[in-house]
Amino acid sequence: MRRAGVVALNTFREAVRDRVLYNLMFFALLMMGAAIIVGQISIGIEQTVIVSLGLSAISVIGLLISVFIGVGLVSKEMDKRTLYALLAKPVRRWEFLLGKFGGLVLTLAVNTAAMGLGLFLVMIYVKHSLERSDATVFVAVYFILLKLALVVALALLFSCFTTPLLAILFTAGLYIVGLYVQELRDLPVEVMSPAMALFTKWLSYLLPNFENFNVMAMAAHGRAVPGTLILENTLYTIIYCGILLSAAAVVFSRRNLK
Amino acid sequence: MASLAIETENLTKEYPFGFLHLKKKTSLEGLNMQVEMGEVFGFIGPNGAGKSTTIKLLMGLIFPTAGSARILDKPISDVEMHADIGYLPEQPYFYDYLTAAEVLDYFARFHNLTATDRKERVQRMLKKVGLETAGKIQLRKYSKGMLQRVGLAQAILHDPKLVILDEPMSGLDPLGRREVRDIILELKRDGKTVMFSTHILSDAEMLCDRVGVIVGGKLRGVGAPGQIVDMKTQGMEILFELKGTSQAPLVAKATRTGERYRLQVAEDELYSAIEQLRGAGAQIISVAQVRATLEEFFMNLVGADRAQASAIEVSGK
Repeated sequence: MRRAGVVALNTFREAVRDRVLYNLMFFALLMMGAAIIVGQISIGIEQTVIVSLGLSAISVIGLLISVFIGVGLVSKEMDKRTLYALLAKPVRRWEFLLGKFGGLVLTLAVNTAAMGLGLFLVMIYVKHSLERSDATVFVAVYFILLKLALVVALALLFSCFTTPLLAILFTAGLYIVGLYVQELRDLPVEVMSPAMALFTKWLSYLLPNFENFNVMAMAAHGRAVPGTLILENTLYTIIYCGILLSAAAVVFSRRNLK
Repeated sequence: MASLAIETENLTKEYPFGFLHLKKKTSLEGLNMQVEMGEVFGFIGPNGAGKSTTIKLLMGLIFPTAGSARILDKPISDVEMHADIGYLPEQPYFYDYLTAAEVLDYFARFHNLTATDRKERVQRMLKKVGLETAGKIQLRKYSKGMLQRVGLAQAILHDPKLVILDEPMSGLDPLGRREVRDIILELKRDGKTVMFSTHILSDAEMLCDRVGVIVGGKLRGVGAPGQIVDMKTQGMEILFELKGTSQAPLVAKATRTGERYRLQVAEDELYSAIEQLRGAGAQIISVAQVRATLEEFFMNLVGADRAQASAIEVSGK
């Protein structure tokens, strides 16, 4: 685990030096612009507009980083052959994978936390008040981070056995499908054959459920998120990421480097 | 303590290719090789002979199709054994956003060294490979030769028992090559085992206790450089100077470069040749033995291999 930590910290350092966190400037400009415009055009719904816009921006920026950098976590090291010297040290391949995953999640955590704090401050600025329910914004940001961790794990798994382009397509495709898992579960079983009903039911449980992480409406209207949902989502992410990373480790442990 | 540093048994690597990966290309065929503790072992062969494939198999970067290998008495699948091995990849490339000192510190962290020890070793290694003034520059600004030096530093940073170097002289200028040679000899003096691959035969002849010659994925011979080739004198070479011209038959046989001539004669004809040349007014500069070099042995093997390949191709047609 200590070795995975060393890889994780280096991955974080790479992201910082490659100026990944520069996106925060874009987010800051967006929030400042939104605060000025919202104050002029909306009356009474400032919080809704600002929170919806801010959370969407945090989510989109995070998704771009997760998919594009996530896919490159392993493939870039193999293409540039930086992995050769590393795997010649007493480092197991699964420790390398876990470290790369941890490093990117740490980067995303810092990124989303900074953006979340920025969003909170802008929200207070436009509302001119502070209530206990405003903390829901932080829960929504936390859920976005959990979602991004899942996306990174997916990208990492795909990049272990396919090309970066296909890995991007698979990850993005699965993310989009994962947004509609509840619809898949709600399909009317009466009109399907029993086999098809069973298949869709199992498929809906097998696919990552990204819909559960969406509490934007609650945050925008200042409604509290139930504690059980926070716990469920946290456990779901840990278990699902664990399964994806284990699968990635199995695939990568047998892979011949170039 | 293990008596063998490296031992391979029927080590084979095939790469599938073509539609549905139905065809196979053999990069390494049944390699049986032993490297003893404390020796400098040269692994020589032309490009594409299977040198890097063997080293990658030993380091666990690729997996054998058949056969097995042990390093320091442990199977190559045992990653913990890497604590005692230093490895320089061919054309090494490191994280270019790090400085040389940072990359060495990063690798040192995998070896359970204290912060003070890491710092001291990093500085010592940078000095050893001649990068003490460039230690704080990001690697993206490094030349190929400088990266090679960083690669060498990370390979010996943790004081390993066995050092495996894949083409360590590649990309280095003459001064750099000499420094690498000195480092290899220093490692030998310290009782380390060194295995390095090269296609530069003079390096192998100069440094190695034993060499293994690999051509076309097959090991063609292992032994001391002198044992590998026939060290019998193949003749004598006389270097002489001659002002003006001469009609002497031996002068006509010699190869002329400016005012100097080179003449190769049989060992038993040496003295009569010298007398004839002196009689023709030549001034003898030097007399040296002519022996087969590792290079000639190597070229003969490559030539035989190519001839065999063309024969198979022709018979296939």
